[in-house]
Amino acid sequence: MAASDHIVGRGPNAGARVFSGLMPRAEAVAIPLGALLAGFLAFSLFLLFLGKSPAEFYGLVWKAGFSSAFSWQNTLSRVAPLIMAALCVALPARLGLVVIGGEGAIVLGGLAAGVTGTHVAGPLGMVLMALSAMVLGGLWIGAIGALRIKRGVNETISSLLMAYIAIALFNHFVEGPFRDPGSLNKPSTAPLDAALRVGEMPFIAAHWGVAAGVIACVLCWILIDRTTLGFAARIAGDNIRAAQVQGLPVGPLVIGFTALGGAWAGLAGFFEVAAVHGSANASLIAGYGYTGILIAFLARHNPLAILPVAVLMAGFEASSGLIQRRMDLPDATILVFEGMVFIIILLSEALYGRLRIFSPGYWESR
Amino acid sequence: MSGAGAISVEALHMTMRFGDFTALDDVSIDIPAGSFHALLGENGAGKSTLVKCIMGFYRATSGELMVNSSQVKMTDPRVAQQLGLGMVYQHFTLVPSLTAAENLVISRADAPAVINWRAEHRRLTEFMAQMPFKVPLDQPVSRLAAGEKQKLEILKQLYLGNRFLILDEPTSVLTPAEADEVLGHVRGLTEAGQITVLMISHKFREVTAFADAVTILRRGRRVGGGKVGEISVEEMSETMMGKAPETSERRRAATRQHPVLALKALRAKDRSGLKSIEIENITLKSGEILGVAGISGNGQMELMEILTGQRHVSAGEITVKGDAFRATRAEARRHKIRYLPEEPLHNACAPRMSVAENLAFRIFDADKGGRPSFWQDRRAMAKNASDLIETFKVKTSSPAARIASLSGGNVQRAVLGRELTGDVDVLIVSNPCFGLDFAAVNSVRDRIMAARNKGTAVLLISEDLDEIMELADRIIVMSEGRVSFETPIAAANIVEIGQHMAGHG
Repeated sequence: MAASDHIVGRGPNAGARVFSGLMPRAEAVAIPLGALLAGFLAFSLFLLFLGKSPAEFYGLVWKAGFSSAFSWQNTLSRVAPLIMAALCVALPARLGLVVIGGEGAIVLGGLAAGVTGTHVAGPLGMVLMALSAMVLGGLWIGAIGALRIKRGVNETISSLLMAYIAIALFNHFVEGPFRDPGSLNKPSTAPLDAALRVGEMPFIAAHWGVAAGVIACVLCWILIDRTTLGFAARIAGDNIRAAQVQGLPVGPLVIGFTALGGAWAGLAGFFEVAAVHGSANASLIAGYGYTGILIAFLARHNPLAILPVAVLMAGFEASSGLIQRRMDLPDATILVFEGMVFIIILLSEALYGRLRIFSPGYWESR
Repeated sequence: MSGAGAISVEALHMTMRFGDFTALDDVSIDIPAGSFHALLGENGAGKSTLVKCIMGFYRATSGELMVNSSQVKMTDPRVAQQLGLGMVYQHFTLVPSLTAAENLVISRADAPAVINWRAEHRRLTEFMAQMPFKVPLDQPVSRLAAGEKQKLEILKQLYLGNRFLILDEPTSVLTPAEADEVLGHVRGLTEAGQITVLMISHKFREVTAFADAVTILRRGRRVGGGKVGEISVEEMSETMMGKAPETSERRRAATRQHPVLALKALRAKDRSGLKSIEIENITLKSGEILGVAGISGNGQMELMEILTGQRHVSAGEITVKGDAFRATRAEARRHKIRYLPEEPLHNACAPRMSVAENLAFRIFDADKGGRPSFWQDRRAMAKNASDLIETFKVKTSSPAARIASLSGGNVQRAVLGRELTGDVDVLIVSNPCFGLDFAAVNSVRDRIMAARNKGTAVLLISEDLDEIMELADRIIVMSEGRVSFETPIAAANIVEIGQHMAGHG
């Protein structure tokens, strides 16, 4: 009897059934992990081709990203925007949309926070800054979802192009109407009042944005995995026709999820301004939005998996300077690494459902 | 390439088996040079198998093929091309962004790596001058009307030197006027002795107006045929559909019937966006099965999409028990409306979600009292899954398995279980037995009849006329996006229905 012929309830034993229930989850962990390792390997070959030592590279990544309290500080300082940028990819992706323009929502969120910060004061002011950043980011990415639903515009292209527009708008406002006359070398909005700056968390050398990122991921995981809205979104993301036949509100779901993703990216902009730079300036355009794409794909768009993956990628990015100095490699080396991992991740998508050890029946038939 | 002049094709005792299944059973067909031959049959009658054997896409299990009275081994589509056999498909095979001239030149097997366009244009103009009909050569194909594109497809075959053309439902994407024009030109070419034509068609009108002779297939066998004019439309229709099936063994209980679902003066665009769906009046009553018959592509798919809220309605109204209905989830739940779209894995399931999750589609967002709930109730979903899997005998390795890993019959049972549990007032079904084996077909039809007997109003859209004759209480026929005919089952005459299906009312 073939494995798929079993009628449930007549399986060999309860243990095998529990195990088989876990296999789809095991697949979602094992395949990206394997792809990541394959990416490490491919990048090692690239380094050997350049005549550099892969061992030295990974050693330096460890040293600069994870080995000491100082290197952890370096890593964690980059984690918050990466987490939120990844959510901006993962949430729309659960509805089947590939949004790659989170960078636009980050810079606009930063701009909104920086400008709001010049008009408000006190703890309530900080909340207003964060809200304005989330609203602007949410509107920006939500518009991409709306364009998709109402006009059939490809969201991948529109989000990428709108990111360029967002950056141009950002530059226009920071160098023009909202420029602080005092910022001579680097056009910026007015420096934030000390009371509006987000501080460090106790015991951990990282600002409160990291905590906000963790909370955001947990909230999004609850939304997708535990609420009926998330269930409806998963149906729509897997098969839009089935969702329509069930009468589910596909349009509002798409717009809602894209807007929520954009809101998190906007919040990343707020933390970059309020916790790191102290004002909105060109330092905000740091490419977090693009690294977020890689993180979301590595995490299979699972909000909880985003957390460890974001820490790993932040470590790699934090080591970029050290690698540049010690290995005499250009700054863009990390981008080559990220690109290689990304391509292998996309290739690994073809493996899902093909590996027999992950099919529930495989274990029940033993 | 062959020289000028039509060529004859004769197939003798063609049999094609796929494993245990015999798609074509000892079929012979003789098409003399310069004739216009029609091949009639329902879906799955073996028409495509026969032409694919002739064209070399399939290697017939047994049988012989004669071209111009000499036996040939048709091992490869290239052999057919060399002998001058060409095929025009139901859907266009032109490159839309290229001009007609470019499409013609690149279609040649011997198109050079560097094309001298000036010389090619000169040759094409000379070629066109000899043709009975013209197509603008320098326009991108995307700007041509459907009729022009179909003419270009035929010109392409002539340009390639083909003298025996197989036309696979060539008019299915054309308006009646365009169809008449294109077929008129084809007819002219055969009369001039330039080509021989074998046309696959469902439409009796076209067959009687343009063809010389007809061959009728049913279930893989040649069941009839002859010269057009000697065989009547009634005979053709009866031979094509077969005798009316024996009366159903399924018990048809007496039910109380009152109107439930009404469609009035509906207007919508069809799939192509060119033609329109115009439904004046359909009323569905409780405790009846209303069968919607029709040949694929006459608006049934669009009707299903309208009823499920997937297609924009430009005018008219749908009412359920007197209330306007816009196919929202709340309305469908309040009025107890359920859908069984065709190919359930592709239209009613999320293939990458688990069996248990797919079984929960209807209940996941309501609590036990039917009120909307915010949190997923995982325990209720698991219980729902194990109940349905057991009641509807869904064979799955585990409720956690992806639904895409199930066989077609099991997916259909799972979806039936999901949609037929609880009270159902309206059930809208489309081709429920597509691709299922005999046993699965019977259990699906039993469920539909059982629902009707319990008082459910069933709208059964099906391309399988046997299925409709077996299940329906009342039959309507859709043709060209309209309801062209209606009859109660007691007065249903399969010949008459067949004629209306073929647009020959």
